[in-house]
Amino acid sequence: MSKTVELTIDGKKVAAKEGDNILKVARENNIYIPALCYLEGVSSLGGCRVCVVEIRGSPKVFASCVTPVAEGMEVITDSERLRRYRKWAIELLLAERPHVCSVCVANGNCELQQLATELGVDHLRVDRKWTNYELDLTHERFAYDPNRCILCTRCIRVCDEVEGVHAIDLMLRGKNSKVIFDLDDKWGFAESCTSCGKCSAVCPVGALYVKGKPLSEVKKKELVSFVMSRRSEKTIG
Amino acid sequence: MKPDELRNLAQKEDELRKSYRYRINVCCSSGCMPFGALKVLSAFKDAVKESGVEEECYVARTGCIGTCSIAPAVLVEPGDYLYQNVTPEKAKEIVKEHIVNNRPVKSMLYGNEAYFKKQLRIVLRNAGKIDPLRIEDYIAVGGYYALLKALTRMTPEGVIEEVALSGLKGRGGAGFLTGLKWRYVARATGSPKYVIANLDEGDPGVFANRTLAEADPHAIIEGMTIAAYAVGASKGYIYVRSEYPLAVETLKKAIEAAKSMGLLGEKIFETAFSFDIELRLGAGAFVAGEETAILASIEGRRAMPRPRPPYPAQSGLWGKPTLINNVETLANIPVILLKGSEWFSSIGTKNCTGTKCFSLTGKVNNPGLIEVPMGITLREVVFEIGGGVPPGRRFKAVQVGGPSGGFLPEQLLDLPIDYESLTKAGAIMGSGGIVVLDDTSCMVDTAKFFTEFCVDESCGKCTPCRAGLYKLYKILDGFTQGEGDIQDLDKVEDLCEFIKEASLCGLGQTAPNPTLTTLKYFRDEYVSHIVEKKCPAGKCFKDGGGAGS
Amino acid sequence: MPDGVQQTGLKTDRRLTLLEAAIKKHQYRKDALLEILHIAQELYGYLDKDLLTHISKLLRLPPSHVYGVATFYNLFKLKKPGAHVVTVCMGTACYVKGAEEIVSAIERDFNVKRGGTTPDGKLSLFVTRCIGACAMAPNTIVDGETIGKATPDEVLKKIRAVVGVEKVEAR
Ligand SMILES: Cc1cc2nc3c(=O)[nH]c(=O)nc-3n(C[C@H](O)[C@H](O)[C@H](O)COP(=O)(O)O)c2cc1C
Ligand code: SF4
Ligand code: SF4
Ligand code: SF4
Ligand code: FES
Ligand code: FES
Repeated sequence: MSKTVELTIDGKKVAAKEGDNILKVARENNIYIPALCYLEGVSSLGGCRVCVVEIRGSPKVFASCVTPVAEGMEVITDSERLRRYRKWAIELLLAERPHVCSVCVANGNCELQQLATELGVDHLRVDRKWTNYELDLTHERFAYDPNRCILCTRCIRVCDEVEGVHAIDLMLRGKNSKVIFDLDDKWGFAESCTSCGKCSAVCPVGALYVKGKPLSEVKKKELVSFVMSRRSEKTIG
Repeated sequence: MKPDELRNLAQKEDELRKSYRYRINVCCSSGCMPFGALKVLSAFKDAVKESGVEEECYVARTGCIGTCSIAPAVLVEPGDYLYQNVTPEKAKEIVKEHIVNNRPVKSMLYGNEAYFKKQLRIVLRNAGKIDPLRIEDYIAVGGYYALLKALTRMTPEGVIEEVALSGLKGRGGAGFLTGLKWRYVARATGSPKYVIANLDEGDPGVFANRTLAEADPHAIIEGMTIAAYAVGASKGYIYVRSEYPLAVETLKKAIEAAKSMGLLGEKIFETAFSFDIELRLGAGAFVAGEETAILASIEGRRAMPRPRPPYPAQSGLWGKPTLINNVETLANIPVILLKGSEWFSSIGTKNCTGTKCFSLTGKVNNPGLIEVPMGITLREVVFEIGGGVPPGRRFKAVQVGGPSGGFLPEQLLDLPIDYESLTKAGAIMGSGGIVVLDDTSCMVDTAKFFTEFCVDESCGKCTPCRAGLYKLYKILDGFTQGEGDIQDLDKVEDLCEFIKEASLCGLGQTAPNPTLTTLKYFRDEYVSHIVEKKCPAGKCFKDGGGAGS
Repeated sequence: MPDGVQQTGLKTDRRLTLLEAAIKKHQYRKDALLEILHIAQELYGYLDKDLLTHISKLLRLPPSHVYGVATFYNLFKLKKPGAHVVTVCMGTACYVKGAEEIVSAIERDFNVKRGGTTPDGKLSLFVTRCIGACAMAPNTIVDGETIGKATPDEVLKKIRAVVGVEKVEAR
């Protein structure tokens, strides 16, 4: 049923399955596009806007993780403008809550930190906000620090779409959005949670983590084993 | 209902209407209600009874006449005598003098012809002149004839063609060609199909859609039913802002009335076409008016926009093809079908046909709801219809397009109102808000106010809007308190560009407009705040008495 | 009530009966959540956690989903509002005509923050964005009664009359 389309990414001709998103196709062809909220194996959000690309013929920029490929499309993954926008996205995420890497459990294993280095974010042009959420240590194996959360919703999507539980969601909206368990319950008292650990494995930053285990160990291995191989891509809101 | 029954009813109602020498229309919409409109209504009824002129004079409870600043407003026909700030006592006098003695009470009239002169009422054709709760009133003035015509004498494709030829563009903000959108939905595969009438109108200071629903709900229902016939939909939803209780109530009753007459439901006018409408209430989220967010909201979820494609025309409610139109767009449809696309496209400009409703507010002498042909200039709207700024004040800026509309200065007042010109100048048509500011308003403070609105209403999904707008707000807030330096202005522009270009939905994409346009046209005010620590309008630096001192 | 739904901390009373009847009328459809929340708030005045838990069980929706929806929309109140409610319109028209001064005056005189309730539970102060009477701006609603073209003093007088106190001292 699925048709094949041909497009170019940075001048390179590639073939792709119709309906796939640009980011996925780029990765399959070893073309790098920075991305943050994207997680292969679950639906795409299109929220962080780090993965923006240009498409020849349009003055706009597109989040590659939610833009389907099309026949004859010419994708440009790098330009002065794209670098400028990606930098803003990372800076704003860093300034949104107190991300002080030196005191964070994820130091050295954080995707946000990596991207900041990669995109040359060495200082913040906007003031940092010192949010003061309570650290949740009530779960016997996991911990949740909302002060590090970048609202990428990877945890929500993996808990819902892979574990099939939907113990996690967002409460409030806009800048007040917060990741919650059940009715904003403490994690240890959230009845829906099966303690599978998937959410902490996919959290790109130091917001959800396994207590007392170095992050390097948890992330890499488990991520590959249960998420990467899951289901084919489906793109929803 | 059979076709003949509609004609007979219309004739009967028309005769009834003509049997009265006078008709007193008492505006009982949200604008006049809080100021005692219902008491005025019963005072008129009593006075008419007491004076024994019941046979000659009909007292109607109507929707908004458009002159909300003189609430409660009362319109006496024939002659369209408009009385202002009517009280029960004044009502008595009006009946005695105007009705019984045939002498209009000059001293109580709203002597403002300029307000109406440049207006052209198509969408608001019946507003203030019919009782929205009596479907017979609507039928008497030709209501549901367009539906009859469409169902019995036109093919769905024929209806779409007529709408396309009229040049009508969506009145909900984006200005997308209505005929084209209908065609997409008509051609989409999938069943059932849905129609959504968008009455979320979350823009603060905009009340055109609400007024329409309160004054002429059947125009929306009829337009929607025709749209459903054209695209092949069997079910419709009207999504109404919950802050509009009177509009909700009016629509609810109107839907019931249409159902009981067989104008909604199974086999309308004995054709094969069936259509049903349900009301859905919003719950206080501006972003829910965005077309993908409205889908999520009707499906009972958080109203977060999602990336497009897929467009609602392909995959809307529950994954089915869905047509989403603003209620003002829909209210134009019956008139277009009855009077023809040629007539419609002769109004307005070549690229922008028809009229547009605007809520005119702010520092203007005659605030209210107006409907004007496209292409009219802002100057005509602000100074002729609106009567200019209050005495002794100087005009400073006009904002067009709701919270994310841009501010235009005096030198751009001769701009014609159409989608292209407004967008080029940095404003937008939006849902039709016009706010006038005079020299007592500070542009930095005003930009901050609108940015704060968008911060509050951001759904939070994407970084530029959620995190970027908040930082923008903080920087603007700093300016109003004497913080920041002149280089910050470049940073603000750069940040605004990012938010505008990289946001997921229209909210983020337009939210920087107030800041960008004030920076463009009123940069000196920013400079004065930042460098001289002075607010030219005297609004900022309240706490410190001027940080520069 | 369908099988498998345990009783939550809600009292069985007329309100609960009405709520459950409404849910049944919507055939326990998950996509009726928003409408159910509207009905629940109308019946109970606000949505507390027991109520939300109950709704989530009846509709078989994850509790986090229900909580997420209830907190997304401004209309839904998760805390009990005060005995008297003042809502000041902060829509564009009202803001331009000085609504901020009205809000600050109430905050100052009654020791209450926007969105909050006085410590004694007597008065809640809310701000809203446009009640649709812009031509009469600035507008304030005191216990359901709209005061148009209002000055801060008029509003304060009205509130004092309604609440029956002069001023709440800052503590
Ligand atoms: C943040 C946001 C809010 C919106 N609010 C409304 C609204 O309240 N009413 C409306 O008709 N359209 C609103 N729109 C526009 C709709 O997305 C959509 O374009 C419109 O309803 C389509 O109808 P039309 O083609 O008849 O204009 C909004 C868009 C955005 C981005
Ligand atoms: S541990 Fe598993 S079940 Fe629990 S919240 Fe995380 S992903 Fe969901
Ligand atoms: S907790 Fe982690 S995975 Fe979940 S939204 Fe926050 S940053 Fe993303
Ligand atoms: S632009 Fe704002 S409202 Fe729109 S999706 Fe992004 S965060 Fe949500
Ligand atoms: S990775 Fe595409 S928007 Fe986040
Ligand atoms: S802005 Fe206050 S009533 Fe519209």
